[in-house]
Amino acid sequence: MEQENHPGSEKAYGQMHRRLFEGRAAFFAVMTTVAISIGALVELVPMFTASYGPERAEWVTPYTPLEVAGRDLYIREGCYLCHSQMVRPMRAEILRYGEWTRAAEYMYDRPFLLGSRRLGPDVQRVGGKYPDAWHYEHMRDPRSTSPGSVMPSYPWLIDARIDPSDVARSIRALARVGTPYDATDEASVSASLENQARGIVENLAATGITTEWDTEIVALIAYLQRLGVDGRRHLQGEGGE
Amino acid sequence: MEQQTPGTATAAPAGTGYDNQIVKMFFTATVVWALVGMLVGVIIALQLAWWPANLGLPWTTFGRLRPVHTNAVIFAFAGNVVFMGIYHSMQRLLKTRMWSDVLSRVHFWGWQAIIVAAAITLPLGLTQSKEYAELIWPIDVAIAVVWVIFAINFFATLAIRNVKHMYVAIWFYMSFVITIAVLHIVNSLVVPAGLLRSYPIYSGLTDALVQWWYGHNAVGFFLTTPFLGMMYYYLPRAADRPIFSYRLSIIHFWALVFLYIWAGPHHLLYSALPDWAQTLGMVFSVMLLAPSWGGMLNGLLTLRGAWDKVRTDPVLKFMVVAVSFYGMSTFEGPMMSIRAVNGLAHYTNWVIGHVHSGALGWVGMISFGILYWIVPHVFGRPLANQKSPTTHFWLATIGIVLYTVAMWAAGLMEGLQWRALNDAGQLANPSFLDITNRLDPFLWLRLVGGSMYLLGAVMMAVNFWKTIRGPGPQVGPEPVPVGAD
Repeated sequence: MEQENHPGSEKAYGQMHRRLFEGRAAFFAVMTTVAISIGALVELVPMFTASYGPERAEWVTPYTPLEVAGRDLYIREGCYLCHSQMVRPMRAEILRYGEWTRAAEYMYDRPFLLGSRRLGPDVQRVGGKYPDAWHYEHMRDPRSTSPGSVMPSYPWLIDARIDPSDVARSIRALARVGTPYDATDEASVSASLENQARGIVENLAATGITTEWDTEIVALIAYLQRLGVDGRRHLQGEGGE
Repeated sequence: MEQQTPGTATAAPAGTGYDNQIVKMFFTATVVWALVGMLVGVIIALQLAWWPANLGLPWTTFGRLRPVHTNAVIFAFAGNVVFMGIYHSMQRLLKTRMWSDVLSRVHFWGWQAIIVAAAITLPLGLTQSKEYAELIWPIDVAIAVVWVIFAINFFATLAIRNVKHMYVAIWFYMSFVITIAVLHIVNSLVVPAGLLRSYPIYSGLTDALVQWWYGHNAVGFFLTTPFLGMMYYYLPRAADRPIFSYRLSIIHFWALVFLYIWAGPHHLLYSALPDWAQTLGMVFSVMLLAPSWGGMLNGLLTLRGAWDKVRTDPVLKFMVVAVSFYGMSTFEGPMMSIRAVNGLAHYTNWVIGHVHSGALGWVGMISFGILYWIVPHVFGRPLANQKSPTTHFWLATIGIVLYTVAMWAAGLMEGLQWRALNDAGQLANPSFLDITNRLDPFLWLRLVGGSMYLLGAVMMAVNFWKTIRGPGPQVGPEPVPVGAD
């Protein structure tokens, strides 16, 4: 009420702001930019520098071409919208999912896939938890392996194929931003894809599932089976949980 | 008193008129995309309650439609309503037509083309996976170009203004134009692998921090500051009262833009992000309560002496509830950013409830209020149905309450059951799936709440359609005299 009746009470304060800022659009814009830049610089710049950035570790290995292809499928289907990849350092989480996630384990993750919601369980340590055939059946019909599951079925992964030249392009892009790959030419990538995929095809064949090596489901299984494995191996070696 | 009474212009400069056409264009886009975005929201809510609604098709699964929903409501609905409000109020506050009609239209059609491109690519699974920054890199480039075009028009209009001092709404619009450009560009730096795929130049937790710096400030500078700017213009206009405190607007503006940008790391609490960054994010999030409530109080106290109007004017009803939800969700947000609370809330439906109390309660309700106000003022016709806005108001308000209460309860339940240990120190609920299945009643309740909200929006659209297209008293082809509305 007072302000309304006596605008003079805030006169000095307002006069200063009015004179300095409100009459000068360009200056106002610059000051706004400064205001939003301080927090951004303080938080982001140290993360870019090696010493404070996510730890790097030799025990973490880059994703193989097949795993990269699988990871891109994981992104395409939006798996990260329901499954997190971040085991928090809390007792219940460690009991449910395994060893809590270390920063270095994400060092080759482009983009990161920590997720923001757990409609399904965390998958950061799902690698090696189930056989390949379980994942195959789970993707085809989640309720066949997990009665009551609310996950959609992904039967199209079983027929659709990955394109080695497409994967090679991805590998070259990842190499360009610093992921260490020995060979990025299409022939090498293709050979790597088939070599790793054959192993999964054999595992599946042992349970009576017939599939081609270049199907999307094989690539996705390769990715899922690799999640958290480096970390678990390393941390167990250290005497971790 | 020009600072406290926006838009009381009596005449525009001779020879110029305000560009109302661009306001109408963004208005139409707003209403259309609101319905689309909310409809997709209801569909994915159904999918979560009843999985067969995923339809067994690649293009219709939750994982592909959820980004369609978020992008549609944020960038299509909220984006268009903000542009509508800016093009409408800025011309009047600065007493000038926009600098370039051509750039205004390039902005409009460019933005709609981006939305259509998003609606096509996202169901196809073409995504960068970063939340609210999913669109593939060629679309990101288009966004940057359109944004620069908008910014040029915005600042050039400021340069030719006929009012020396910029009103508080303009400050908030300016922070929106600048900050969104910075956020979008920094978060979109990628190396392409073909036209449809790319990999970010950041990796791991650095990528995560850049993304949530972007993500949280998209909330701050896309869904908060431009809406506060509009609150500062349209609430005093609708209530016919000056803003409560000019001084408070100065303090809370600068505090808000300075503090908001720090809050991103609260999305990564308990991750392996360095502790100092997590703590900064938490502390600044808690501090953010003060400027947020500064805005809420300035809005609510503007109604002092005008509360009787709230009883009868649906525009004010929407705005009052919007500002109240703004206050509520900006209290809840800082609380959820406290590490210990976040440990319970993170990854649960509680977060979904929080987001929607801000999105449905604040962004949606203030938008509806502005839309109901702007139609008679820009199209020059009284609303075809004078009672329907009040029904819409109650549908929306009850819908939000059902939605947020359901999600809050569901979130608490799953958060507590995930962490519960038995006497032996082992998990009390070892089956994750069992916990998920217990959420069903809440997910159905949420669907009911969301559907009520959508129904209200449909009523609004029908009302607008009848008002603008149907027979009715038309005051004239351009009924609002230039500069005199």
